Amino acid sequence: MPETRERRATRSGFGRVLVAVYGIFALSASARAGVQIATKFSEAPLAFSLSALAAVIYIVATVSLALDGDVWRRLAFAACGTEFVGVLVIGTYSLLDRVAFPEATVWSDYGQGYGYVPAVLPLVGLFWLYYTRMRVRNVKS
Amino acid sequence: MTPAVTTVVVAVAFAMAAWSLVLAARNKLPGRLTLGGLAVVELALLVQLAVAIVLLAQGHQVPQFWTFLGYLVASLIVVPVGAVWALSERTRWSSVVLAVACVVVPILVLRLNQIWGGSA
Repeated sequence: MPETRERRATRSGFGRVLVAVYGIFALSASARAGVQIATKFSEAPLAFSLSALAAVIYIVATVSLALDGDVWRRLAFAACGTEFVGVLVIGTYSLLDRVAFPEATVWSDYGQGYGYVPAVLPLVGLFWLYYTRMRVRNVKS
Repeated sequence: MTPAVTTVVVAVAFAMAAWSLVLAARNKLPGRLTLGGLAVVELALLVQLAVAIVLLAQGHQVPQFWTFLGYLVASLIVVPVGAVWALSERTRWSSVVLAVACVVVPILVLRLNQIWGGSA
């Protein structure tokens, strides 16, 4: 039985939905960070800088999941991983230090303001990268 | 800003989201009827844009103007961009992508209305 090594593009099938959701978060996080930094950066520099960082990570995740190839796959893995660590660290930090986070960022309170989607999304992303990885498959001839 | 238009957008968008999920569950591709529904949502959003422009020209003040503009632009591009992305690979997931876009529109429009009224 011949063997083939195959891998599915991360943007295909369910990946279509994943990229769409990431795109929405990239858009809303960028817009939010942009407005926060442009109009009131001095009120909460830490929170708003982290907002901008989150926005960049969402953009990288969206683009790298939407494109196909080894480098993009690695970049997507790094983005989703960073995102998951970020939502946990910033979520916890925002609960412990209310003063530093006077206004919600995407990752405050583990993404409560966005229906906790920010906490679940990176896990779905990582799962999807694993699910579509290179696999050796037996092909019936 | 315009309760009638807001109601139409929210109702049609949620109906289209539900319809898209039904299509996905039945493993069907979005067809003309679905695209027609999306066109109605987009048309209502354009009416909303026109109303906003007229009211702003008449002197309505929006406290957080740039935030308002961001939501306004986002509300207009979500459906077309979502539709192009959904239909560029036609599987049952196309319908799910459309459902996602249709859920996001009411969220944006309701936020838009809060910002317009200055309550957020």
